[in-house]
Amino acid sequence: MPGGWLEFELPLVQLEQRIRDLQTLAGKQGPDVADELRSLERKADRLRRKIFSKLTPWERVKLARHPRRPYTLDYIQHLFTDFFELHGDRAFGDDAALIAGLGRFEGRPVAVVGHQKGRNTKENLRRNFGMPHPEGYRKALRVMKLAEKFGNPMLSFIDTPGAYPGIGAEERGQSEAIARSIREMSALKVPILVFVTGEGGSGGALAIGVGDRVYVLEYSFYSVISPEGCASILWKTREKAAQAAEALKFTAPELLKLGVIDQVLPEPPGGAHRDGAAMARTIGETIRGALAELDELTPEQLVERRQDRFLSMGVFDGGTSGKEIE
Amino acid sequence: MSWLKKIISLPRPQQRRQMPDGVWLKCPRCGEILFRQELERNLWVCSRCSKHLRLSPEQYVRILCDEGSFATLFGGIRSSDPLRFRDAREKYSDKVKRAQRGDPEREGVMTGRARIAGIPLALAVMDFSFMGGSMGSVVGERIAKLIQLALQERMALIIISCSGGARMHEGIYSLMQMAKTCAQLARFQAARLPFISVLTDPTTGGVSASFAMLGDVIVAEPGALIGFAGPRVIRETIGQELPSGFQRTEFLLEKGFIDQIVPRHQLREALALLLKHFSDSARCTRVSQSVPPREPRMHGQ
Repeated sequence: MPGGWLEFELPLVQLEQRIRDLQTLAGKQGPDVADELRSLERKADRLRRKIFSKLTPWERVKLARHPRRPYTLDYIQHLFTDFFELHGDRAFGDDAALIAGLGRFEGRPVAVVGHQKGRNTKENLRRNFGMPHPEGYRKALRVMKLAEKFGNPMLSFIDTPGAYPGIGAEERGQSEAIARSIREMSALKVPILVFVTGEGGSGGALAIGVGDRVYVLEYSFYSVISPEGCASILWKTREKAAQAAEALKFTAPELLKLGVIDQVLPEPPGGAHRDGAAMARTIGETIRGALAELDELTPEQLVERRQDRFLSMGVFDGGTSGKEIE
Repeated sequence: MSWLKKIISLPRPQQRRQMPDGVWLKCPRCGEILFRQELERNLWVCSRCSKHLRLSPEQYVRILCDEGSFATLFGGIRSSDPLRFRDAREKYSDKVKRAQRGDPEREGVMTGRARIAGIPLALAVMDFSFMGGSMGSVVGERIAKLIQLALQERMALIIISCSGGARMHEGIYSLMQMAKTCAQLARFQAARLPFISVLTDPTTGGVSASFAMLGDVIVAEPGALIGFAGPRVIRETIGQELPSGFQRTEFLLEKGFIDQIVPRHQLREALALLLKHFSDSARCTRVSQSVPPREPRMHGQ
């Protein structure tokens, strides 16, 4: 991954660099390069369409895990003012893999939770690659209850490979923490908006994913198991992860077709990592629209509809409540 | 030594339905050769090392419920193949068919009404022999429907868990069954009705991280594997061996995540005691037929 870029996007990145270089040059020397610039920009457009119009599920996984992808703290910075981070579960410790806090969205008080990955090895050791321990989920739940108490909408940002599978996590009840969070979230009496901004890794994602609206960014995915995990069990080798990625039908457009999410949020050309501010604007518009709708409901209606929504999920014979992929 | 040929190892879960005709079985833990009839009398617990062998839902019903009291419900909810899933070897739909072993109602859980010590309840028993008791749409829907019924009729709820977790073959739908069962439980528990969760070997992944860990009371059979991640995944992640007894029932009791370890011989008795406690707490209206209503007593009488 040269310079933190994916192989399939590298030609585009290089071309765009050439365009920028030429623009700088043009600024100094005059207008002779205008024609060439136009032609290069057309070429870049074509290349971008070519690469991004037929991404494989595996390429989407790579984009979702892109080391330059915006993380929760980036979105917090773009979307909220007066952000005040809240640490700790009041029982065991603080978990840096999961951020929680209070802030304002367009002046309105809200509460925020979200997974947080690191940008480099050092940060990732602190953030545990965005894989929370039970105390992370207990902190999130504490803040959700706080939001409920003061009537603040909850905003949740999902980007995790999964809940951490380790000794301490098991000793402190990873299962119990996730289960409780899911149950309590389903009954929380304030609006909950969920954004899957990168990896939606199984129970570790769902633990903060029970929302009135669930949005998935265009190149994010949301799955019951990682493609590598699935491949190692069903194909007996992690090498078949790309095949598992296809079989699991977990890309944003597929999730929409399956009826488990509300909307796919389009990413800026080349992906969210090419323009984090633009991505945040799209999320901001979505928050504004959704809160306006949800503000019309009483707390009881909110809870009833949210629970009904999840109760309707699943596909089986003898009564189908989801959609099949053709 | 011809009699030795009759010694068969314990049936693999896939084959448990066609219970072996063999007279002798070998304990998978201690290797003791056990007389089948003896083992059955002992509720499939090894007489030497107390290993609790895995049971089918029908066997649990026989051990726990009042005779003839169990009636299956929601058997008509059956698997489909929403993702048209296919792995290296076979199609999911073929796998399901094989796991059904001729009974289309068979799935990862059996649900129904039952009575224990005369007290009516809603009972779900998971079936490890069906794709590892994994939770897909059918398991989630049957459990959600069962909880709804218990809520409508104000009955207690008991779920006996035995599952490796969510079923990969149904992708995101399987994950969503965690939210589905938890949302239904939220309604049930808000109505102050009792949910007793019984954990057996194994209870992991998406089942332990949803309804199984949300019991008002949680009991577990001895020696069961209970946890979020499987031991192999943890070993591979941290790159070291796991301490002995890690993620076993006894470990969970020590860490504070279950209320009691209950050996299989005492399970019916324990459940009866708990059901009576809750029904006498006068929250479930349909219970306590077996207990005559108490006359209010005045002081000095």
